[in-house]
Amino acid sequence: MTLQLVLIAAAALFCVGLYGALSQQVVVMVMMGLELMLNGVILAVAAFWWFLTPVPDGQVLLLVVITAMTVEMAMGFAVATLLHRSRGSDMTDSATDLAG
Amino acid sequence: MLSVIVFSALAVIALASGIAVFRVDSMARATYALAVSFVAVGVMLLMFDLDYIGVITILMMVMEMAIMAIYMIMFMGMNPALMPMSMVHNKRWSAILAVGTFLLLAGGALLIPWAARTGSPAADLTASLGEAIMGSKMLVMLTVSPILFATIVAALVLANPRGRYDRWGDELNRPTPDDPQQGGLGR
Amino acid sequence: MNDIVEVNPGWALLAPVVLGLLALAGAALNGILVARAEGRSFRSGAVIPVLETARLMRQRRRTTVAADVLLWRIGCAGLVVTAVLKTAVIPVGPWVLADIPVGVVWFNTMDVFVWALVWLIGWGANSAHALVGGYRFLAQAVSYELPLMFALVTPAVAAHSLRVSDVVAAQQELWFIVWMPIAFVVFCLSVVAFSNWGPFATSASADIAGGILTEVSGVDRLLILAGRYALLTTGAAFAVALFFGGGAGPLLPGWLWTLVKTLLLLAAFVTLRHRLPAVRPERLAEVAWIIVLPAVLLQTLVVSIVVAVRG
Repeated sequence: MTLQLVLIAAAALFCVGLYGALSQQVVVMVMMGLELMLNGVILAVAAFWWFLTPVPDGQVLLLVVITAMTVEMAMGFAVATLLHRSRGSDMTDSATDLAG
Repeated sequence: MLSVIVFSALAVIALASGIAVFRVDSMARATYALAVSFVAVGVMLLMFDLDYIGVITILMMVMEMAIMAIYMIMFMGMNPALMPMSMVHNKRWSAILAVGTFLLLAGGALLIPWAARTGSPAADLTASLGEAIMGSKMLVMLTVSPILFATIVAALVLANPRGRYDRWGDELNRPTPDDPQQGGLGR
Repeated sequence: MNDIVEVNPGWALLAPVVLGLLALAGAALNGILVARAEGRSFRSGAVIPVLETARLMRQRRRTTVAADVLLWRIGCAGLVVTAVLKTAVIPVGPWVLADIPVGVVWFNTMDVFVWALVWLIGWGANSAHALVGGYRFLAQAVSYELPLMFALVTPAVAAHSLRVSDVVAAQQELWFIVWMPIAFVVFCLSVVAFSNWGPFATSASADIAGGILTEVSGVDRLLILAGRYALLTTGAAFAVALFFGGGAGPLLPGWLWTLVKTLLLLAAFVTLRHRLPAVRPERLAEVAWIIVLPAVLLQTLVVSIVVAVRG
C-alpha cells in the first residue's frame, strides 16, 4: 500500500461527491454529495498522517473533519426543514434569495 | 501485498457505492449506499491502525445515514416502489468539473515527490490521541465544543416551528403547554 | 484471576454456537413464562422456541408488492450478524476473541447498526404498518442512544481504557456495579431498548399489527426473532464484563462464572417483558433527555472525580 494509491482512491471519492454536490437539485442530495467529498478528505488526511508524519497531532485533524461533517449535517437538515416548511419544496434552484 | 489487495477491494467498494448514491432510483438505497461507502472508508482507516477514528467514523455515519434516510423520504416523497428519478441540473458541467478535479488531484498525487516518513506512530494510538486533545491540542477541542453547541442551538432555532408563545400562550401563563405531541413528563 | 488473553481466531467458530445456545435458553425462559401465564405446563412452554424454529424453517416466504427485497433481506439477516460481531470483544472468563483497544466503542458501533437494520426491515416490505414500526424504532433510538453512550463511557473512565480486558481487570477489588448503579441501570434498559424487547418493543407491537414483523415470515422472521434474543444475550454478557467483574468469582472457573452471570442477567431481561407496560417512543423522549441523560452524566462526573482524586 502506497501513499499514491490511497490518494488516488481519496481523490476519486472526492470527485464523485463533487459531481453529486454540483449536479443534484435537492438539498438533501447535495448534502449527500458533500458528505462523500468529506469522506474522501478523511481518507486523504489519514493517508498523509500515516505515510508522512504519524504523530498524534494528525489524528486531531481527523476529529475536526468528522466534527465538520456533523455540523454540516445538522445545519443542512435544519435549513432543509425550514425551506420545506416555508416553500413546500427543497430544491436548491428555488432558494436564490441571496443570489446577487 | 495482501494489504494492497484488501485496500483496493475496499476502495472499489467505497467508490462503487459512492457512485451508486447518485445512480439508484430509491432514496433508501441511495442513503444506505452512502453508508456502505463510509463503512468501507472506516475499515480502511482501521488498516492505518487508526482504531478509534475508524470505528467512530463507522458509528457516526451509520447513525447519520439512518436519520438521513428519514429526511430523504420525507422531502422527496418517494415510495419504496423504486420510482425512477432524475433531479439534476447542469449535469454536463458538473461531470466535466468533477473529472477535471480528479485529474488534477490524481496528477498531483502521482507527480509530487512526497517526503519520506518522519517519526513513527505511538504504541497506543487511542491513548496518544486522548493525550493530544487534552494536552498540546486542547485549543482545538475548546473551539470545537462551542461550535457544536452553537450548531445545536442554531439548528433548533431554524427547524423548530413553534416558539414558547405557541406553547405557553401569549401571556406565557398556560398551566400546561399546548403541544401537538405530549412529552413523557406531563409538563 | 488471571489476565485476559486473546485466543486463536479458530475459536470464532464456537462463539456463534455459544451465543445461540444462550439465546435459546432466553427464548425457552420466555416460552415458560408465557405458558405459566396461560396456565399451561412448564414443558409445553420450554419447547416453544424449538417448535417455532421448526415451523418457521419450513414456512413459505410471504411476498409483498414492490418490496425492496435487497434492503429487506439485509435488514432481516443483519440483527444476528451484529450480535455475532459483538461477541468478538466480549471476554468469556480468561479468553476473548479480539482484545481490540477500542472494544467498548466497537460494542457501541454494533448497536448503532441496529438503528439502520430495524428501519430497513420496516422499509423493505413496502407495508404501512411495518414502516410505522421502523419509524417508531428510530424515534426510540434517539432517546436511548445518548444515555447508553455515557453509560458505556463510565466504566471506561474508571478503567482508564476503552479495552474491555482493562475494564475487567480494573474491577479486581470492587465490581463497578457497586459504585456505578445508575450507569448499570441505564445500560440494561438501553440493551432492552436496542433489542426491541419488552417495554421498548413498540416497533413490533400488536397495535400496529406487529409493526416490523407484520410482513416477515419463514426464515426471515426466524432470523429477526433470533436476532432479538442474540442482542439481549450479548448485551447481558457485555454488562457482565463492564459491571460484574467478568469471570471473577469463587470456586468455579472463570468462563463458567461469565456464563452463569450472563444467564442470570438474561433471565432478568426476559422477565422484564412480562412485568412492565409498553413505553411509547414519544413519551420516552422527554424522560430520556431531561431525566436519564443528566442522571447518567452526573454518574460519569462522580466517577471521573473519584478517578481523578485517586490518581
